[in-house]
Amino acid sequence: MTTPDSSLQDIAQRQYEEGFVTDIEMEIVPKGLSEDVVRLISSKKNEPEWLTEWRLKAYRHWLTMTEPTWPKVRYNKIDYQDISYYAAPKSDADKPKTLDEVDPELLKTYEKLGIPLGEQKVLAGVVAVDAVFDSVSVATTYKEKLSELGIVFCSFSEAVANHPDLIKKYLGTVVPYTDNFFATLNCAVFSDGSFVYIPKGVRCPMELSTYFRINAAETGQFERTLIVADEGSYVSYLEGCTAPKRDENQLHAAVVELVALKDAQIKYSTVQNWYPGDENGKGGIFNFVTKRGICKEDRAKISWTQVETGSAITWKYPSCILKGDDSVGEFYSVAVTSNWQQADTGTKMIHLGKNTKSTIISKGISAMQGQNAYRGLVKIAKGATGSRNYSQCDSLLMGDKCGAHTFPYIESSNVSSTVEHEATTSKISEDQLFYARQRGLSEEDAVNTIVNGFCKEVFRELPMEFAVEAQKLLSVTLEGAVG
Amino acid sequence: MLKITNLHAKVEGNQILNGIDLELEAGQVHALMGPNGSGKSTLAQVIAGRERFEVTEGDITLDGASILELAPEERACKGLFLGFQYPVEIPGVTNSYFLKAALNAQRKNRGEQELDAMEFLALLKEKAALMDMDPKFLNRSVNEGFSGGERKKNEILQMCILEPRLAILDETDSGLDIDALKVVANGVNTMRGEDRAILVVTHYQRLLEYIVPDKVHVLANGRIARTGDKSLAITLEEKGYGWIEEEAGSQA
Repeated sequence: MTTPDSSLQDIAQRQYEEGFVTDIEMEIVPKGLSEDVVRLISSKKNEPEWLTEWRLKAYRHWLTMTEPTWPKVRYNKIDYQDISYYAAPKSDADKPKTLDEVDPELLKTYEKLGIPLGEQKVLAGVVAVDAVFDSVSVATTYKEKLSELGIVFCSFSEAVANHPDLIKKYLGTVVPYTDNFFATLNCAVFSDGSFVYIPKGVRCPMELSTYFRINAAETGQFERTLIVADEGSYVSYLEGCTAPKRDENQLHAAVVELVALKDAQIKYSTVQNWYPGDENGKGGIFNFVTKRGICKEDRAKISWTQVETGSAITWKYPSCILKGDDSVGEFYSVAVTSNWQQADTGTKMIHLGKNTKSTIISKGISAMQGQNAYRGLVKIAKGATGSRNYSQCDSLLMGDKCGAHTFPYIESSNVSSTVEHEATTSKISEDQLFYARQRGLSEEDAVNTIVNGFCKEVFRELPMEFAVEAQKLLSVTLEGAVG
Repeated sequence: MLKITNLHAKVEGNQILNGIDLELEAGQVHALMGPNGSGKSTLAQVIAGRERFEVTEGDITLDGASILELAPEERACKGLFLGFQYPVEIPGVTNSYFLKAALNAQRKNRGEQELDAMEFLALLKEKAALMDMDPKFLNRSVNEGFSGGERKKNEILQMCILEPRLAILDETDSGLDIDALKVVANGVNTMRGEDRAILVVTHYQRLLEYIVPDKVHVLANGRIARTGDKSLAITLEEKGYGWIEEEAGSQA
């Protein structure tokens, strides 16, 4: 096993090497998908045989599947043979040399978000993280502290190499390789991602954020995350970044699996702000993600909080399987669609254990021509006696060209359980705006105040710093949406 | 301070104000009365800059400068306050947060020091006590779940915090029981002062027993039909508005 120090150094060097020594073999991996490509990806990553086989099984299954058409989103058909499934880290020659070469619109957004110049360079891909911050030492201190507690927090590839037993035990146990078109594709070709293991009884003392994992820079379009919280442990995990990241890949199909054992608690927060396309609806990321957690044993708790402001298309249903008795699932979501963005998002709460509880708070905001759909399933199995669900889906419309849609599905198989669903749709009214402006707030501030009020129940679930950023992000996203 | 000259305004093609002339000096309290549909609320909102009303003729000046081109927030920063007839709800935004944001936006605009959280809280508590408001209202969402009376008290509370130079109170008395009416009137009276002008818009003479106006204007058919002292309000209470409308009609 490598020490944190040496592995960080490896990473730093790897990028350096690949920048200068062109790896011919890597760059000629042709577009398209085949068993050979899957094998190649696996061998590039020095994966054990069982994992290669697992990828191949997924690939073969994927060939029998068809792309889902039920989401309320529209896009041109994706040619899966026209995608390169192994993207080597970008060579320095392809990267912008200075911020002057970066899209000025992107820079403007960074400025509005108040991102320091150094971080801007990283986000725009001008330099690697470690070239700007003294992040090697930051990340090392961070890692040392975690490893003292026995916490594992590393890239997925590292985990395959260093913790194969854990990966083998839990990989695909929450989202099986047969699960759905995009998840199955991910199983076959996943690039990299994160792995977290919290040992028994350990309360992770800090928010785990991919931001600090400097080797996360090139996780690629098929990201995979696995978090295992052992008995009685706690972890809060932050994914994403409020700043829009430069990204050339249009299709993103990630998989996130969470496993919470007895009395364990996982809090997973996401702020997603990928490129949404321009004001005419051109370009933008397709974000087709499968996120699911299982409360495997009694009294486990999984809580999803997401703020989705980016991507051209978002297709995402962070879900909880409440298997253990008295386990708890929560879903708090703010999804914003502006310009031509489309979002079909929601959650699934599958109650299997007795006295399980779930809460769903979904806030959809549509502006300009944005289309926002909430799709949720609450399923209460026969044995899940005494279970409870509360769902609240609120939609806020800005302007008269956008849309909000709600598709709640409820399947309850026993009479001792209660399911409540509330839904509202409202508009930012001219009355509200005039009222706030009459008191002295500018039009932008008035809109922000009203929107933030609408999202409050979700924002307060976010870690403090993230919440402040999320509010700022929302105001930048909705700039000019009214008026 | 406020001077309105020959003001004409319409909304969605309907002419509502037909040449209003009105002058209000600092230190004075005027009452604007009139029957339903005479244009009282329209006038109040036009002064405050509501964009759906279109001013077709005439002018409104504040301290000699026209404010017609100014956005509502710019007028607010010049010290203009409108107490709403129907204060709206803003879910999820606490009363105290909203008021602090408003006050600091105004102070910033005027180049004054913004108040920090502690200073603001002290000010808010003092004014809430004056308005006989339970402090728990301050942490509730703006007007959400407030009764009609609570909303009106909240308007006056906002006025006391923002300390405008010109306050227009649009039917602040409607929906108030007698106790609340007294509290509201008391709040308004504490705001009377040499540097401040107040225009009280009302249907009824009742409020004017507690807030004694220097002048009473009666609006009919989009014009000031008559101006007098407080006794005019009493006459109206006895005789109704019919005779004024007839008079205004025969002049037109």
